Amino acid sequence: MRNSTSESIPSQCYAEIKRMPLSDSFFGQKFGITEHDLESYLSDALGAGGDYADLYFEYLATSQLSIDESIVKSAVQGVSLGVGVRVIAGERTGYAYSGDLSPEKIRKAARVAACIANGPSKVDKTGFEEAHRRDLYPVVTAPSDTSLDERVELVKRADRAARAADLRVFQVQASYIDNLRHVLVATSDSVLSTDRQPLTRLGVSVLAREDNGIPQRGYSGGGGRVGLEFFQLENSPEHFALEAVRQAVVQLNAVPAPAGEMTVVLGPGWPGVLLHEAVGHGLEADFNRKKVSAFSDRIGQQVASPLCSVVDDGTIRNRRGSLNVDDEGAATQENVLIEKGILRGYLFDKLSSRLLGSRTTGSGRRESYQHIPMPRMTNTFMLAGDSDPEDIIRSTPRGLYCANFGGGQVDITSGNFVFSASESYLIEDGHITRPVRGAMLTGNGPEALKHVSMVGHDLKLDQGMGICGKEGQSVPVGVGIPTVKIDRMTVGGTAS
Amino acid sequence: MMDPAVASRAVRLALERGATDAECTLAEGNEFSAQVRMRALDTLKDAGSRRAGLRVLLGKRVGSAHTSDLSSAGVQQMVESALAIAAISTDDPYADLPDPSELGSLAADLQLYWEDIQGIDTPARIEAALEAEEAALSWDPRITNSDGATFSAYSGERIFANSRGFLGSYRTSSCSLSASPVARQGDTMERDFWYSSARSHSKLESPAAVGRRAAERTVRRLGARKVPTQKAPVIFDTVTARSLIGNIFEAVEGDAIYRKASFLAGKLGERVASENVTVIDDGGLPGLFGTSPFDDEGVPSRRTVVIDRGVLRSYLLNSYTARKLGMRTTGNAARGVTGNAGVGHGNFFLEKGERSAEEIIRGIPRGLYVTELIGHGVNVVTGDYSRGAAGLWIENGEFAYPVSEITIAANLQQMLMDVEAAGSDLEFRGSVASPTLLIREMTISGK
Repeated sequence: MRNSTSESIPSQCYAEIKRMPLSDSFFGQKFGITEHDLESYLSDALGAGGDYADLYFEYLATSQLSIDESIVKSAVQGVSLGVGVRVIAGERTGYAYSGDLSPEKIRKAARVAACIANGPSKVDKTGFEEAHRRDLYPVVTAPSDTSLDERVELVKRADRAARAADLRVFQVQASYIDNLRHVLVATSDSVLSTDRQPLTRLGVSVLAREDNGIPQRGYSGGGGRVGLEFFQLENSPEHFALEAVRQAVVQLNAVPAPAGEMTVVLGPGWPGVLLHEAVGHGLEADFNRKKVSAFSDRIGQQVASPLCSVVDDGTIRNRRGSLNVDDEGAATQENVLIEKGILRGYLFDKLSSRLLGSRTTGSGRRESYQHIPMPRMTNTFMLAGDSDPEDIIRSTPRGLYCANFGGGQVDITSGNFVFSASESYLIEDGHITRPVRGAMLTGNGPEALKHVSMVGHDLKLDQGMGICGKEGQSVPVGVGIPTVKIDRMTVGGTAS
Repeated sequence: MMDPAVASRAVRLALERGATDAECTLAEGNEFSAQVRMRALDTLKDAGSRRAGLRVLLGKRVGSAHTSDLSSAGVQQMVESALAIAAISTDDPYADLPDPSELGSLAADLQLYWEDIQGIDTPARIEAALEAEEAALSWDPRITNSDGATFSAYSGERIFANSRGFLGSYRTSSCSLSASPVARQGDTMERDFWYSSARSHSKLESPAAVGRRAAERTVRRLGARKVPTQKAPVIFDTVTARSLIGNIFEAVEGDAIYRKASFLAGKLGERVASENVTVIDDGGLPGLFGTSPFDDEGVPSRRTVVIDRGVLRSYLLNSYTARKLGMRTTGNAARGVTGNAGVGHGNFFLEKGERSAEEIIRGIPRGLYVTELIGHGVNVVTGDYSRGAAGLWIENGEFAYPVSEITIAANLQQMLMDVEAAGSDLEFRGSVASPTLLIREMTISGK
């Protein structure tokens, strides 16, 4: 376990970049798109009326490599290109897209999206103001611009290290994926922004077994908005391979998980997925605009113990969930969700901020040009507290220590959530003792964090593997948490 | 409609550039959705897209590429990209295409594409969604809000060509109608949903029926409590039983089998479930969502008995996993448009039993009826099963009160052995289907 290391959140340092004319941007250079074109498409989109329109151009290059049985069996490269056109009229949204950037096809999509509106347009369109740019992921050489051999070597190294680590390992799969996404957002409220978004991830999955016993799986990996240099030093393929092997081997001696209410201690890092499920989704403003969230109309109320402060921050350098601008062209920011137990704010996109009389929090995200943006999380974590992680364990006579999680899910209306522990241990008389097999934890969002009685000083962010799904759209996210003690939570195992 | 010659040309070009074999997929999809919320139109979406994917072999090395650019320049770029990728992969002795004798397509009319959906214009589609939502909102005074109702329509085409002489294509259509009402009691809220989906508009349930069922499912959740931790019989309704059947698929698909990553690996011919369990995969049933004339490697779809009255009879395989296991493909190759094929299912279902769901419930003195499962706590390597659940508590054969914020746990091996009854209510609402299922005992974790 790595619960003794602590990691502070890097400060918001980034390079300021001078305003770049559209003609020098990716879409200007490669597709000859001009400001005049953008204005004319927006004017088509608002041709039947409406309050707002935007265009989202996306070019995505992807490479995927995987090794399996020590053979590089699968490798895929691909490109995807398209533009999405959105028109908002009151509470109504019209959306269309085209995988073809010819002016006729974009105009056709604009006319389809325009069908949502009727009546004169209320938009006075006067040019664009380009957002002041910053670069939270200054990746000089995108992985997609390096040689394939260099990237293949990463999965080969992971495979070799996992196989050499322990004779009980009998299956190893390692996969590597990189994306390079270029986006251009142009809106009828004069925003013009472009971004280049690298995203890289390496994962290792192993199966281990004792003689002919039941196999157990271990999984580890990491990444972010980074170049290949990320995988040098502490984030090496060997590191992730050994971690996957360690998790599988621990499970070989695991006992069945207990069942019933008990004290749960979450380790630092990935267990922050609790926050993502228990509070994050319920604070997305679309659910609150519709008043279908268990957190609707609860701003200012106590929803967690005073030890808990939770933020969603899209500006952390090189993080998987970070963005210079969201998918509506708005700058991301640090958003305080819960401050000392009190609910402070929701996550807004443009539509929900417009309807609720607020400002966007830079939380409008979408999976691709084929999807309508909605409020989403970026990197969601709990701020560090004062407790020593070891004191937290020592203060627990009987309970469950969760070091790693698979994933979770929430019903935002009732607030009930679950998340599954992939590595957890019994706590007996203040000590971490036997590993237990796959435990499921369940609770209710506005209630669960009220039972937090200790928060460690060891805030840690996850390794950069998170994917969040909502209404059929997947986006990369990050989570983080220090060691946290929750006095009462339901654990769903089979042992009595 | 796309031009099948684009796929043939991509295959030919790959061979000209040095590939020893190649396979190309073209896919086109057109989506429409109209969402209403609180009696007003909320969102309209209407668009389409195309993709092409190519997989090439250079001897025993494999490379794949895909593109959204179907112009000849785009296809040429895709061919070069796939070949470059193949050059850096390693020899896989099992890499191949299906044997030509395995290739083919079902000749019967599978009723996958219906023009009638296109005949329903946008105002009528919006009206259907409004009607479904209204039926839910007016069903019970405790339904105070709505997360919306949606009418959606889809049409698509898939073309597949390979260098062993296969060229085939088929079109599909579908439409669906769903409603998601919100009920309130005191300061608690509950949301549930119901839907209907079909390949033909004529087979869609009425908006009133969809809205009413959604409202019933939502209102009955109000006042949910936690039950004490205990062992008790568990009945999965047809919605939650589907996800359990999906777990069985994960345990019988060839990838998990040859890797020994399934609790059912190496158990062909053995008893793995109670006599009440017969599981079938059938990709040839006309008009259903898991139906296709051929799989994603050009092998005809077919019927495979996976579990016959409790005995494991067959795995589900594509050509690769079949070669690995020394068996024959079952026509279950599946992929997007590119890459090595994985294993998918056709219509994968558990055969219905004799008794109705009501009779099964009446026979339970004390137990849980599960209507919702959340979370990802299923491990098909070990069979460990633990998921978040909501549903209704049964006392003396009748629903007593709703329950939520609990988990149910057991091991899949034992759960399969413990299937005491399968209901008579098998219905195909998607490509996985199950009747109501009664499991003798699971651990329910609550307060």
